[in-house]
Amino acid sequence: MKLLTHNMLKCNVKGVNNGYPLKIEVTTKEIRETEMNPAFLQGIVEKLEWPVFRAAAAQLGEEGLPEAVTPELLEQEDFLKKFHRALLEVVVVEGALICPESGRKFTITNGIPNMLLNEDEV
Amino acid sequence: MSRPEHVSPPELFYNEREASKYARSTRMMQIQSQISERALELLNLPDNTHGLLLDVGCGTGMSGSVIEENGHAWIGVDISKDMLDIAATNIKDEGSDGDVVHRDMGTGLGFRGGVFDGAISISAVQWLCYSSHKEHVPKLRLKRFFQELYGALRRGARAVLQLYPETPQQMELITSAAMAVGFTGGVVVDYPNSAKAKKFYLVLSAGQPTQLPRGKDGAGEERPLFHPGRRSANADTVDYESERRGFRGKKRSRNEDVNIKSREWVMNKKDRQRRQGKEVARDSKYSGRRRKGKF
Ligand SMILES: C[S@@+](CC[C@H](N)C(=O)[O-])C[C@H]1O[C@@H](n2cnc3c(N)ncnc32)[C@H](O)[C@@H]1O
Repeated sequence: MKLLTHNMLKCNVKGVNNGYPLKIEVTTKEIRETEMNPAFLQGIVEKLEWPVFRAAAAQLGEEGLPEAVTPELLEQEDFLKKFHRALLEVVVVEGALICPESGRKFTITNGIPNMLLNEDEV
Repeated sequence: MSRPEHVSPPELFYNEREASKYARSTRMMQIQSQISERALELLNLPDNTHGLLLDVGCGTGMSGSVIEENGHAWIGVDISKDMLDIAATNIKDEGSDGDVVHRDMGTGLGFRGGVFDGAISISAVQWLCYSSHKEHVPKLRLKRFFQELYGALRRGARAVLQLYPETPQQMELITSAAMAVGFTGGVVVDYPNSAKAKKFYLVLSAGQPTQLPRGKDGAGEERPLFHPGRRSANADTVDYESERRGFRGKKRSRNEDVNIKSREWVMNKKDRQRRQGKEVARDSKYSGRRRKGKF
């Protein structure tokens, strides 16, 4: 699971009103390189919950992201590299996601979060 | 000649064996890539956008690769862990900006609002019409799926769902579920006159009326636009049972100009069955007529 995905996912179990952001439990993580696409990064910024992303990045050892993003920053190679790495290259391979409201745990195996619901959760 | 949907639930049908067979088939790859290209074209994203797309029923990531080639990142959801494990390996090996989540679309999608610039789904959504567990009510599962799809899309964004409806009723069920949650749009049929190439694309827009694009090779066969509250004029006059290449090798020959369940269709079918030595009811003036009072 990449942090991009983490930023978009929420817990939609029946009865849960605020299943966002999901807490992350990390057992193993990896860095998997991908090609950087500045145009994508510039576009996705407005869709991210930045504080959530920044905190998740820090938890995974990607420190040094700014508290807020400015248009100037989005032109800077240095920043874009950090941003890209934290958003798309850091991968939680084994671990779990935990609903902040209900405590429901969704395991992550082989990098894939298991968001399947039980019948009584639908 | 059974459809996969009749065989077993998707999470069991796409088991390890089927998943690896699927992923290794170059023919499958060719077909799915072509459909995915067309779906992306129908998404009609502004030129030079590099957005985030959702791939519903992403499988082993064939459709995802096409999304990626078109310059977008993607998140895929699928109910089969075996398909997803292959997708995960491909993503890793190819240095892809895709990512996958294990999820049953019939229980919603579980994403925040407005985060996707578009969604595609290739050969997957018809699965929702089948109830493989006793708790599953297709209508409710479709509703849940479309509600959360609508919510996850940026306002004005599109979803293009290529699917294999087994009957016109299924297409109607799916389409009306989409319209009920606020989508506008309709069905685009490509190559309506070819049993092999015929494909259905449900083209939906979240919160903005769309001008439906023309189907390819679609002279005279264009599906009408669906509007909320207006039923499609002739949704039940099309032969929806397109041949599903890849799932079954056997080809069906059928006169495609004949409307399904019309008198002519019934007569043809009876003829065929007689030739096969089957016992067939004798023809009468009632043959092929619609029976009243039945649902
Ligand atoms: C024919 S495959 C297509 C895979 C991929 N889109 C492609 O083009 O190669 C259909 C996929 O739909 C998935 N599927 C079926 N029902 C589903 C559901 N309820 N939720 C999520 N995925 C589902 C299956 O597991 C399978 O991977």
